Amino acid sequence: MKRTVPLLITAVVGFTLIGAYFVPYTQSWGETVAIWFDVLAAIAFILGGGNLLRSHLKRISDQQSGWAYSIIVLVSFLGTLFVGLGKIGAAPSPQFPDYGWSGNYRQTGSAFWYSYQYAFQPLTATIFALLAFYIASAAFRAFRAKNLEASLLLATAFIVLLGRTFAGVALTAWIDPANWQGFRYFTGLRLENLTVYIMAVFNTAGNRAIMIGIALGIVATSLKILIGVDRSYLGKD
Amino acid sequence: MGDFLRDQWWVVAIFIGTLVPLVRRFASVGAMEALRTLDRRWIFLLMLWSVLFPIYFIGVTGRTFPELPSALAHSTFDELDRLAPGDPVLLSFDYDPASEGELQPMATAFVKHCAEKKLKMYFMSLWPVGPQMVQNTVDKVIRPDYPRLVYGQDYVNLGYKSGNEAVIRVITTNIRELYTTDSRGTAMQDIPMMNGITSVQQMKLIINVSAGYPGVKEWVQYAATPYATLHLVAGTTGVQAPLVYPYVPRQLRGLLGAIKGAAEYEKLVIDTYGGPNPDPKYLEGLRRMGPQLVAHLLIIMLILVANFLYFADKRAVGR
Repeated sequence: MKRTVPLLITAVVGFTLIGAYFVPYTQSWGETVAIWFDVLAAIAFILGGGNLLRSHLKRISDQQSGWAYSIIVLVSFLGTLFVGLGKIGAAPSPQFPDYGWSGNYRQTGSAFWYSYQYAFQPLTATIFALLAFYIASAAFRAFRAKNLEASLLLATAFIVLLGRTFAGVALTAWIDPANWQGFRYFTGLRLENLTVYIMAVFNTAGNRAIMIGIALGIVATSLKILIGVDRSYLGKD
Repeated sequence: MGDFLRDQWWVVAIFIGTLVPLVRRFASVGAMEALRTLDRRWIFLLMLWSVLFPIYFIGVTGRTFPELPSALAHSTFDELDRLAPGDPVLLSFDYDPASEGELQPMATAFVKHCAEKKLKMYFMSLWPVGPQMVQNTVDKVIRPDYPRLVYGQDYVNLGYKSGNEAVIRVITTNIRELYTTDSRGTAMQDIPMMNGITSVQQMKLIINVSAGYPGVKEWVQYAATPYATLHLVAGTTGVQAPLVYPYVPRQLRGLLGAIKGAAEYEKLVIDTYGGPNPDPKYLEGLRRMGPQLVAHLLIIMLILVANFLYFADKRAVGR
């Protein structure tokens, strides 16, 4: 029963969605299922929040390594939740000025706005910006022309790196029919044009092949799940 | 450049000063050994300078590199420019502050272009912090530069809905199943520009600024592909752009990849609607091409030096 019901739900929902895509009469069924999914996704946030609380409270109570970070996580999480739900510092909506809680929690000047603007935004932007430093370090330590494939990859990387900046234009600006009529056959060799060619032809061809392969894999795996052959998503218990 | 270096000599002095210990190490142990044992913190410092110096240079001089818009930037621009005043467009801002540096310039340019064309803008997001991105862009572009545009009549922020691609799936057939209010809590029937809007299929264009999942791929799969009349253009991060190239041009009518794409599109918008002295906030993409150029050159230089060392060591072992 514990496994049969989830299997049945998966099969019914999955086949309904497949049917809704191909049979116009059942299109509205697919919409209904999609709305259920949206409702479930919203409820999943509550489950996610609960799980976050549970796992971090456990880490703190067990004093596992790095438990102090868990305190930071919990304080940030509960603090944001409190100022967001409580709409702290948000003025009432002009439509309902008598109701203090009618304002928008994201309103400029609200506590949530401050926490977003002066904590969340700079912190996430900083973390992402660190990527540039690690890419530079990796460029020095990892990219070696050890064989033909690696050499081709490096050459392509150079063309794209240069072609995506003004350096590409400046370096090959001399391939211009204005300098010599014969160059009109070679303008494709200008770095900015080579970059477009690499992206539009080699990249597109490679990605299309990968995407079609992945799609076929997804079809096969989905069918296995829908007909109950693959039950790994249900867990071991 | 010469004038800048003369006027800002102290920047050059600090730059040289920070690199003195590295030069001394090169002198004491030799260039090859110094490179072989190069501490990665020196690479970090070089990257810092390669980004900081051009930012400062462009900030002081206001000069940017010339930009030649690509065919994709032109097709993105043309998709918006062909629309008539009053046409509804959906702008889905599916990114967060982590990608703001890369995507905000194109979001700003998209909104400016829409405002100039007097299009009706319907903002939404599939990312939880997306509404904040929408709000920032509205505060940056519409409120100060287009005060005649009225919320609810010319633009509306529908906010965030959870459900990823399922949200697209639903709103392409019935927008009111999911959106009963806008992000401010105003009921749909009280928003004048929502009158007669029942689904996303009524939009003349979908503009997606995307940093990953859910984003442009989902808009292609669940909106632009099943409903061929829906036109979609997108601005994406550099990492994501190669993955969505296969959808160009039929499923994706225009694509702006990273800061380069933003700079090209900005140039087209500014050349057409910017006037003689455009506000610097509309040139952010063009300004950010400077740090990108120097950082790319540094990476190429590092790869070349590392490969030179690799082949030198290989040759030495061979002997």
